[in-house]
Amino acid sequence: MTAILLVEQILNGVQFGVMLFLMAAGLTLVFGVMGLINLAHGSLYMVGAFAAAAVAGATGSFLLGLVASLAAAAAVGALVEMLVIRRLYDRDHLDQVLATFALILIFSEGTRWVFGSFPLYLNIPSWLSGPVTLPGGIQYPAYRLALIGVGLSVAAGLHLLISRTRLGVQIRAGAADRDMIAALGVDISRLYTVIFALGAALAGLAGALVGAIQSVQVGMGEPVLILAFVVIVIGGIGSIRGALVGAVLVGLTDTLGGILLPVAFGLVLDQSAAASAGSALATMLIYLLMAVVLIWRPTGLFGAGT
Amino acid sequence: MSERRLNIALVVGLIGFPLWAHWLDEPFLITLATRAVILALAGVGLNIALGLGGMVSLGHAAFFGLGGYSMGILASHAQTFDPIMEWPLLIQGTKAMPVIWIVAAVGSGLGALAIGALSLRTSGVYFIMITLAFGQMFYYFAISWPAYGGEDGLSIYVRNGFPGLNTLVPVQFYGLCLTLLLGALALHWQIARSPFGLALNAARQSSARAQTVGIAPFRLRLTAFVVSGMVTGLAGALFADLNRFVSPVMFSWQTSGEILVFVILGGVARLFGPVVGAVLFIALEHVLGGLSDFWHIWLGALLLGIVLFAPGGVIGLIARRRG
Repeated sequence: MTAILLVEQILNGVQFGVMLFLMAAGLTLVFGVMGLINLAHGSLYMVGAFAAAAVAGATGSFLLGLVASLAAAAAVGALVEMLVIRRLYDRDHLDQVLATFALILIFSEGTRWVFGSFPLYLNIPSWLSGPVTLPGGIQYPAYRLALIGVGLSVAAGLHLLISRTRLGVQIRAGAADRDMIAALGVDISRLYTVIFALGAALAGLAGALVGAIQSVQVGMGEPVLILAFVVIVIGGIGSIRGALVGAVLVGLTDTLGGILLPVAFGLVLDQSAAASAGSALATMLIYLLMAVVLIWRPTGLFGAGT
Repeated sequence: MSERRLNIALVVGLIGFPLWAHWLDEPFLITLATRAVILALAGVGLNIALGLGGMVSLGHAAFFGLGGYSMGILASHAQTFDPIMEWPLLIQGTKAMPVIWIVAAVGSGLGALAIGALSLRTSGVYFIMITLAFGQMFYYFAISWPAYGGEDGLSIYVRNGFPGLNTLVPVQFYGLCLTLLLGALALHWQIARSPFGLALNAARQSSARAQTVGIAPFRLRLTAFVVSGMVTGLAGALFADLNRFVSPVMFSWQTSGEILVFVILGGVARLFGPVVGAVLFIALEHVLGGLSDFWHIWLGALLLGIVLFAPGGVIGLIARRRG
């Protein structure tokens, strides 16, 4: 285990973490403001990835693909909010879970219908495909470094949006007291559509960005969705800051656990037993992290309390 | 009264349908019905937590899978004559269903005790997400643990046996599954009218009020959650026996979602809700699946319609119309 490998893995963990943040930010905003649990958030991630792959494939431009992912996910998000989600705000969580589960079925099978069952490929643009030499002589893929940059800029942008703009004031007020801001003359249903579309666009962007290093396929959204749930449970539901901290924590735990645990088990067990026990435990590590956080703080690290 | 009449009609149908299929010599229909009955049993398990206790668990696949793997591990050791454990005491595999059922129920009950003790510290949306996450934990563990097949799962060559019956005959295996389902329904009914169930119901409606009259919600909910997990685990063992195959898919969150769908489709907290839901689901899968490869779209649309426009589920619709 060399220092260079360790630094690489830490960067991988941060990169994974900021991508989870893009997913978790939308979920936590939608829950914080509208009180809605949205299982179909992973479908918006998938929509973004498919839109990017289709447009980038047709035009040859990765950037156009990214624009398409943002636009498609935001448009689908706004449409779904107006047709379905809007009817669920006053329902209990059980109805929300079920209706959004139904949306997943519709989205997944619909995408399979349109694009077929085979994965699509989204290529990393040539100007980001090589490695970059970091201080200390570490070679790291430029694209993954760009992902970290994009993720952190989005986090900074969201922070500014929420703390400095009029929309941000409305979002914070909506989270604090829905009825009051409606009474003060804010068009609450338009605000909800905007927030939902914003969260959807971030999920779509994450799908497109990650789609270029993995494959673009039906069902790609759900594993990420569940990790995003873990992130916002750890960070505290409704908190953007909590989502960022939780996302990086989950990203690092998952990545480093997969590398370090087999090595750690290797100190006491023989090679193959250590590899299998280590990797099995590593897959459970983030859930153990979540359990520990919940025992310590049942409403998450930055949660306001229920 | 009309819901009771519907329930009686359902029991008659559940007994009559396989006999009719047996008479027609259509073993496939009996297998289909067996699937529906087993999935209904899993739903009845969830309904004890969800309907009686108000706990929206999106992680019941964990118990379904634990039951399935209990059967898989016991039967795979029995078919290779390789003991599970030799020290400190010798434990052999087994092909006897009653033993497998007990192990499955106890194993998934212990799983439910651990998951419930942690998850019930929270409520509402946290509870949904945490149960989901614990289910995924088991899923990934099953995939990455190579001893029992890992991602490929485990195959069992011959269905396990029950003393005095030939479980390879579809209608006899169906009879066993139906007996367990009716037993679980009786358990649900008994719990709902017992002092324990009434206290649980009080805690579901208002935790604060229940506490002021001296009811401790946490223990009640945990007990109900464990019972619920045990019933779903038993269903998992039967499901594995039906397919003679266990795989991590049993732990997947889609399985949790489907079990939840059975309960809601039929009607939450209604005794026969999961039965109606599971039968309808299997029937739709069979009919729509034959018409279109993309039948999940229609299932999704139907589900969405039920949630948005028929909150009482299918039983709610029928019972209201008749009443």
